[in-house]
Order: sequence, then C-alpha cells, then structure tokens
Amino acid sequence: MRKEYVMGNGAIALGALAAGVSLVSGYPGTPSSEILETVSKYKKGDVHVEWSVNEKAAMEVAASASYSGARTLVTMKQVGLNVASDPLMSLAYVGVKGGMVVVSADDPGPISSQTEQDTRMFASFCRIPVFDPSSPEEAYAMIQDAFDYSEKYSTPVLFRPTTRVCHAYASIETDEAAKPKQYEGFVKDSKKWVIFPRLSYLNHAMIEQRNPKIGRDFSGYTGNTMAGDGKKAIFTGGISYSYAKEYLKDCPDVRLCKISTPYPFPEQFALTCLDGVEEVLCFEELSPFIESELLKVAGTHNLPVKIYGKITGHIPASGENSADSAAKAISAFLGRNLEHSGMDLPDAPTLPVRPPVLCAGCPHRASFYAVKKAMEGKKSYFCGDIGCYTLGNAMPLDMVDTCLCMGAGITMAQGFHWTDPESTCFAFVGDSTFFASGMTGVVNAIYNEADMILCVLDNSTTAMTGHQPHPGTGRNMMGNVVDKISIEKILDGMGVGKIITVDPLDLAASIKAVQECDSLKGVKAIIFKSPCIAISKPETQMKVSDKCIQCKKCIREIGCPALITRDGSICIDQGLCTGCGLCSQICPVNAIGGDSNE
Amino acid sequence: MNKDILVCGVGGQGTVLASKLIASAAMNLGYTVHSAETIGMAQRGGCVTSHIRIGAKAYSPLIPHGSADIILAFEPAEAVRNLAYLKKGGLVIVNNVPVKPVTESLNDTGYDGQDMLTYLQSKCECIIVDAKKLCADFGSTRYFNVAILGVAAGSGRLGLDVQTILAEIETRVPAKFAETNKAAFTAGVEYSAADHRQ
Repeated sequence: MRKEYVMGNGAIALGALAAGVSLVSGYPGTPSSEILETVSKYKKGDVHVEWSVNEKAAMEVAASASYSGARTLVTMKQVGLNVASDPLMSLAYVGVKGGMVVVSADDPGPISSQTEQDTRMFASFCRIPVFDPSSPEEAYAMIQDAFDYSEKYSTPVLFRPTTRVCHAYASIETDEAAKPKQYEGFVKDSKKWVIFPRLSYLNHAMIEQRNPKIGRDFSGYTGNTMAGDGKKAIFTGGISYSYAKEYLKDCPDVRLCKISTPYPFPEQFALTCLDGVEEVLCFEELSPFIESELLKVAGTHNLPVKIYGKITGHIPASGENSADSAAKAISAFLGRNLEHSGMDLPDAPTLPVRPPVLCAGCPHRASFYAVKKAMEGKKSYFCGDIGCYTLGNAMPLDMVDTCLCMGAGITMAQGFHWTDPESTCFAFVGDSTFFASGMTGVVNAIYNEADMILCVLDNSTTAMTGHQPHPGTGRNMMGNVVDKISIEKILDGMGVGKIITVDPLDLAASIKAVQECDSLKGVKAIIFKSPCIAISKPETQMKVSDKCIQCKKCIREIGCPALITRDGSICIDQGLCTGCGLCSQICPVNAIGGDSNE
Repeated sequence: MNKDILVCGVGGQGTVLASKLIASAAMNLGYTVHSAETIGMAQRGGCVTSHIRIGAKAYSPLIPHGSADIILAFEPAEAVRNLAYLKKGGLVIVNNVPVKPVTESLNDTGYDGQDMLTYLQSKCECIIVDAKKLCADFGSTRYFNVAILGVAAGSGRLGLDVQTILAEIETRVPAKFAETNKAAFTAGVEYSAADHRQ
C-alpha cells in the first residue's frame, strides 16, 4: 500500500485499478479528463486504455469487453453521456457480464459545460443504478463497490462525481499490487447478446422487478449514512453532503442523511431516516432528485412530514452549492445561525473582470481574423463549436454566432444556408471535434447539396481539456506512435470539391484561401494548420519599434493578451508573446517585428 | 492544527505550485490535508484559486467564507475578490503588481491595483510584497510563487516551518530550477523578517 495525494479523478482511477479493471475507454471533457490519464499513468499488467473517437464509441468498446467478462470503465462528462446514450439505453436492457462502470461527471454551475443536466436523472431514465461520491476518499472506495454491484446484478452502473469532487485533492492509500481481474472470454449466446423487440420486452419486465431489490440492497449500503437525531433532517448527497457536514459536524440534534445511491432509491433506508422526523430539507445540486424520491416515499407511506428543497424554492433551482450556501440554507431551516461571521465588505472597489480569452499567439485568433477580413462587407454566418475556439466569440474578434454542442457547427451552417442561400455560411471546428462528431455533418452537406465553408482549426491537440492526443496526432494512450489520420484525405475521400491547407499565421495567404472558397459553390474546406502554443516553443518574440504611431489598430483588431499599453504606449508583454507575428502583419506602419537574435 | 489557506491569482502565475508545496509540506508533518484547484476554461487568463485545508475536521473541499487564516494573493484585485474568505484577524500577503485584463487594453478603466491595496490595508492585516524588488536577483518574476510562499513561511502564520518547505522544493521542483527556487523562497523568508507588515 502506498499513500498518494491525488485529485478526485485520480482517486476514481486508482479505485478502478484496485477493482481489477481491464479496459478503460473515454472521451476528454472537463471535469472528467484526468481519470483516464491517471489510469494510463498507474496501470500495471494488461490494461487497455484508449481515448475513443467519441463517447458513443467508448461505451461500445467497453460493452463488448464487458460481455467477455472483463471489468471495464468508461469516462466522460455529463454532455458526453448524451452522445453515448444510444448504446447505454440498449445496454441497460441487454446487461453485462464483467463489471462495467460508466463515469459521467456532472458540472453544477455550470463551470465549463453547456448544460446543468443531472446524471442521476439519466440513471432513472435508463433504469440502472447510480453512485454519487461525496469526496475523493469516498470515490476511491465507492467505485470498487460499483464494480461489485454491476457484476452482482449484471447491469452497467453509472458513477457520477461532480466538479468539486473531481478537482478536490486528498490522500489515498492505494493498492500498488492491483492487477486486472481474470475473465472467461466471450461466450456466444444470441438469445442474450442480440437485442430484439421480444428480448427487450422480457428484459424490461425483469429490470422493473429487479430494481426494487437493488433499492433494498442499497438500503444496507455503507455509503448511505445517518447521523444525529431530532425532528428535523437534512437529506443530501455527493459534494453537498460535504458542505452540510462542515456545519453539522457539531449539531447532534439534527439528523444528517446521506444518499450515495440515489437510484434505485433506498426506500427502506429513507424510512428509517424519516422515523420521528417532522421536517426535511433536501440539500442537493442540479435536479431535485432526492426531494422527488422522498415525496414519493412520503406519499406512498402517508407520512406526516414536510419536505423542502428546490421544488418548494428553499434551495436555488440552478447553479452550484457551496459551504456558504449550505450554511445559509441550513441556518434558515433550523432557525439558528451557523454561518461563520467574516468581514463586512460592502464598500469594496469595483473589481476588474477577467473573462477567459484565447491565449497570446493562439493560431485560432489568426484563423478567425483572416475569415473576418476576407468577408468584410459580405453577409456571413459563423457557426462555432465546442473547444478553445468558442472563445473566438469575444470582442474584438466577435466571430462566433452560434455554439450548440459537439459537431453542431457544421450542420447548423447548412440550416443557415437553406434559410438564407445568398449568404456565406462558415463552420469552425477543431481537429479533435472534427473526428469526434464532425465527419457525418460534412457528408450531410455534400449529399444534400448545401453551400458552406468548413474551417478546420487544426492545432494538433485537444487543447481545452488538457492536450489529449486524438486520431490526427499520431499518438495513442497505450504510448504507441500510430499513423496520423489525415483530415485532408478524409475530406477528399468524401468528395469535398475544394480543400486548401494554409498556415493561419500567414495572414495574406489565409485571406486569399477564404476568398477563393467563397467564390465557389458546394462544400469547400480550409484546414488552418498551426500547432497550439502550449505544445510548441516560440522561436522569436515581437517588439514594437519607435516607428509606432500609437494608432492602436493591433489592439483594436485582434485583442491579443500580449499587446498592452504601458505608460500610454503600445508594447508587447515579453512574458506572453509567442512570436506568432499576426500583429506585425496588421500594423499599418510596419512598426512591429521579431528578431530571434535579440 | 487546523489551518485554511487560500492562494489566488490569475491563470499562468504559478499558484498551483505554491499550493502543492504547502499541501505536501503539511502532509509530511503528518497532517490531514485537502485541497481544491481551479481547472478548465478559467485557467486562460481568468481568476484562479487554490483552497488548502489542513486538519482532520475539514469536510468541504472549499474554504467557507470567514474561515481562511491566510490569503496568498498573487494580484491586488484577486486579494479583494477573495477577501470574504478571510476570517477576522486573518492575514493577507499580496503582490503589489497588478495584472490588467485583456479587456483593459480595449476599454481603459485605469486599473492599477492601488485602490485595491488601499482597501486591503483598511480592512485587515496585510503584507504588501514588492514583487519586482523581491525577485530582482532572480531575473524574472516567475519565481514570485515560491518567493511569496517564503514570505508566508517567514511570517510564522502558515503553521509550517521553513525547513520542511525547503525540503519540498528540493523534491518537487525539477533539479535545474531547484536552486533558484530555494533562493527565491529564502529571499521571501528574509523579506518577511524585515517586517513589511502594514
């Protein structure tokens, strides 16, 4: 055994390895990405680890490995579960053999996501169990239990940490000797593994009979806990439990109940918790899941208990909880002040806002700027996508008109074309997103004869989530160097009429490429190829010479964080400049230049 | 010992290393430690915070308002932004150099950090660190993260001794930067001893 100080995501990974996982697949997404990376770092023995092309692929790769009896882990963020929902819904009917745990990390806030969806609701929708850890330490132990339950009931199991569990650090005692669990291999049985309407009907009935049994089993689960006594109870789970516990650790006269297995709901456990209780506050994030389940329990058993929470407006409907929101809500519920008295700060000066921006030297800035210049005065639509380049929406670039979900920009550009055929419709997509869910959209455009310009912003990495490799990078998570899959060849094979690959940092060539594509009908593609500045080393840095006339065009046009005014003069922050040279191509008096010999 | 320490600044300033050094030093002294970091989109030029909680009775990974014993602020406005976390009688150690947001170059509001420092001094005990002076010998303010940790250790308020943190720098920082980082840390300790408390 060895102590490791790891992130919650690391704890989940080490827990899965301790449980003898043999195959781990996933797709990057904050706050889940470090789980798979940690498995890859610590694995011993024959464990297959892969960044799959998207979450659906990850789920399917793991499904058949699990049919073979191997323990498998699939990782994604909550919106990734939407992508993987097709295989998961069917898999819930078919079932598994080796334990299969699907980690779907929720992001209350949301801090870095499109939605505030709740994976517990997804579990209830799929009719499969879900575990909800409250800390990294608990996540380490709980994921091992999740594998056991998965095998015990032959069902995939969801495991949903939230951002604050994923990104919290704690010491974990890990089992260094853990090895993948032995498995039998696939046993052919088409009555079991081939989904047909008849099988679905039979298994649906089986699942509905099974789930109350799992609920009873969960009623004895050690992760569901009750502490304190009294006529008032707090029901909570996940990170919200940790916030509540912070204040209730010294309140034995309040009952604190933790639900770690929200579905199938542990009804008998809840009844024990509710015994003698007159009022309940449900303190949870995202959906009022525990609150709804308790209302059902109270209704079914005709209990004289008042239940407060999100439905009654006692807990905010959206956003994340915190230790402070716990103190406020619980204080109001108990009628006593648990809040720590900090300082009164009503008179604080106005704070500068710090919106996230594209990094200094980011090649995406140059790509957006080239399209903007080329299309000046012409009606255009700019459909964005998910990745760093969503930040192209910020002023002064203002180059993202829409952003919906992974890959949507390509298909949405087509919808704009059909409603406004005279305009030019652009879709911006990153290299990793192109592989994940962009390719089918291009086929759709060609087949249905849409006019559009696809701009692939190829920076040779998955930058936003922490530089994971993807099919275009030539590396995979087994540490192997593999053939790079060429985006250009894919587009050519599909039949895209015009494909131009250009370095976005060459402004004149990039503008020319956009104009050339704009003059043609059909589907055209520009691959703006330049590596992410975080994975490349600058060769030079820009400097402003005394020729500068202080017109500030560079600042107004591209908004690079390295372009600053110091004592009223334009200068370049040498701590940030990567020497991309975009500003030097914009300066009307050639006052900006680089010299690697300086 | 129970100690809540908040480290804050702007993405790219090296707050994470400072936070990791504090956490590992505390663990080596046998304390239970929890911490939490800002990760994701906010890292790109946004506000970043690390919450470090030392002691077995901390449950929330984030420090509750009014509980931090000490705030290490790498930027004046970030100190003010997180001031609600400080407990009464707590200490703020703050860099006097402002980091202007990108939006500032487009719409100049004249932010220079001075209002923030004046406000901090009116509210709590502060050590205002002259980062340029403190880091002058090291040729770059990129060593500020370790230097401010030295100021904190030297103040005696961190609850962690200087030698333990030095040993952590030795083991955690890559060898070719270890000596400079140790020197920057020691300069911080000496800076604190010279009493810049205001």
